[in-house]
Amino acid sequence: MAVAEIDTTTAAPAPEPGPPRSVRRGQPLWARVLPYLLVAPTVVGTAYLLAYPLVRNLLISFQKFGIAQLIRGGAEFVGIDNYRQILSDDKFWGVVGRTFVFTAINVALIMVLATLVALLIGALGKWMRFAVMGGLVVAWAIPVIAATTVFQWLFQSQLGVVNWVLVALGFEQFDGKAWFADGNSTFAIIVLLIVWQSVPFAALTLYAAMTTVPRELHESAQIDGAGSVKTFWLITFPILRPMFGLILCLEVIWVFKSFVQIWAISQGGPGNATLTLPVYAYQIAQSLNRYDLGAAISMVTVLILAVVLFAYFRQMFKEEGEL
Amino acid sequence: MRTRLSRRITLNVVALGVLFFSIFPVYWMVLTAFKPTKEIQAETPSFLPTHVTLDHFSTAVHADGFWTFWRNSGMVAISAVLLSLVVACLAAYAVGRMKWKGRQAFILMVFIAQMTPWEALLIPMYVIARDTDMLDKLPMLTLIYFMMTLPFTIVTLRGFLKGIPVELEEAAQVDGCNQFTAFRRIVFPLLAPGLLSTSLFGFITAWNEFAFANLLIIKNQDQRTLPVWLSSFSNTFGTDWGATMAAATLFMLPVLLIFLVLQGRVTTGVAAGAVKG
Repeated sequence: MAVAEIDTTTAAPAPEPGPPRSVRRGQPLWARVLPYLLVAPTVVGTAYLLAYPLVRNLLISFQKFGIAQLIRGGAEFVGIDNYRQILSDDKFWGVVGRTFVFTAINVALIMVLATLVALLIGALGKWMRFAVMGGLVVAWAIPVIAATTVFQWLFQSQLGVVNWVLVALGFEQFDGKAWFADGNSTFAIIVLLIVWQSVPFAALTLYAAMTTVPRELHESAQIDGAGSVKTFWLITFPILRPMFGLILCLEVIWVFKSFVQIWAISQGGPGNATLTLPVYAYQIAQSLNRYDLGAAISMVTVLILAVVLFAYFRQMFKEEGEL
Repeated sequence: MRTRLSRRITLNVVALGVLFFSIFPVYWMVLTAFKPTKEIQAETPSFLPTHVTLDHFSTAVHADGFWTFWRNSGMVAISAVLLSLVVACLAAYAVGRMKWKGRQAFILMVFIAQMTPWEALLIPMYVIARDTDMLDKLPMLTLIYFMMTLPFTIVTLRGFLKGIPVELEEAAQVDGCNQFTAFRRIVFPLLAPGLLSTSLFGFITAWNEFAFANLLIIKNQDQRTLPVWLSSFSNTFGTDWGATMAAATLFMLPVLLIFLVLQGRVTTGVAAGAVKG
């Protein structure tokens, strides 16, 4: 889905939709109803498979909903009890804090590395550029579950290649190091995995955007004596600022809600070290059968994401002018 | 002159580093899959394929239910994509070629749907699936994947549709085609490449999806999909890393092929759209 979101802006600049059909009043009834029939399946699908689950989630978050209610039904409303319970729980606030730190570290690394890689690609010769872009596409293409599996193998304690390389380089303390037994190192590996998977999309998109900046601007800046760093900050970045904004929003959203990488590698452990909001919501629903608390935590997640999403849409519509 | 040369060398060395880090995990996965077990467990790992074996692939392919999971994954992904293609075609046509009240609101809805944090809907989906007796059933997954890919499909098809001049259809209509025939004979063939790449991306999304497949298919193991099976490799293969990597390679293969085929289109398409303003 990675490609999808940026593509939303493909449509710009929007021409008048549709042909100026003959006088509208004169249209027969079926022609006036037709567009609604055409979008009906989409609307129905969205209502049942998206809006309804979201509303249901909201309802559950206001109910007492455990295993008994799941099986027998008849959940009763308890007002804001669930929210009161999670908000007064220190563990919850720990998870919220961790989620923000996790997002900040990942996104910062992704943005910086992606920008550097994009600049690098632009400066390379034809063949090397082709090779690097190909490599990025490979990293981008590998399915999340395959990637988590490979990373577990790379960092395996006895036979993992990372430990072997580190020991070969003289770091004896990594001999047989069990990365996934320790909270911080598990956290670090998950960050590494997410950054590794996210940089290609951001870098390729930024590079593609950079190619649209007129060459003359760079050349004139260089004639005026600006170095590469200065050229970037004075020319490239200001022109592409909206693009950077969009990618930043997307990455924040994607990282904040990342679930599969964490669940597949550590399920939030060891000792809650990698427990973020989406994982916590799932865990509390699955292992404690507290669907109500899980739903409340998901609602908090959705609310936080909605803020970022709002920024994203504002940026996008500013770019696109109109829908 | 010398500084320029050293700059070029530095750039290329850094580029090699980037290339190395991007592909090493994938390389290591494929290499491990082809290595004999003795080499996998050796003190000193070998970094080049010296003794190639297909044993691990054979283990993976002959594992219990491998073909069932493969078929499940393929079926779910393909039906989700076909469904969303049909539904999206209708919607994109209405949005791109017709004027109607509520059009703007509809587009906004699609954009919002595209950004849905699906991870936050796991719990209600589970409850709904239970209530409607859809747990452990592939159609439920198909519907969810359909909805995951639908907004993206509509948005991209709408983009492609905009690139096709309306005049072509109008000319056809002047020549006596009705609106539907004009679409089928004129627009559809032009839209076909767009349809293909869009559906391949939808396919990848559905093929890779793990969270819902893991949550909604519990009791009936025959209905599991490949990602779930792969994530439970430790139960399947114990510590047989060779077989695990072979399975991961087989799982990745279709996705990688699609990506490599589409690469040019992806990067240029994304860029062209994203910066226009």
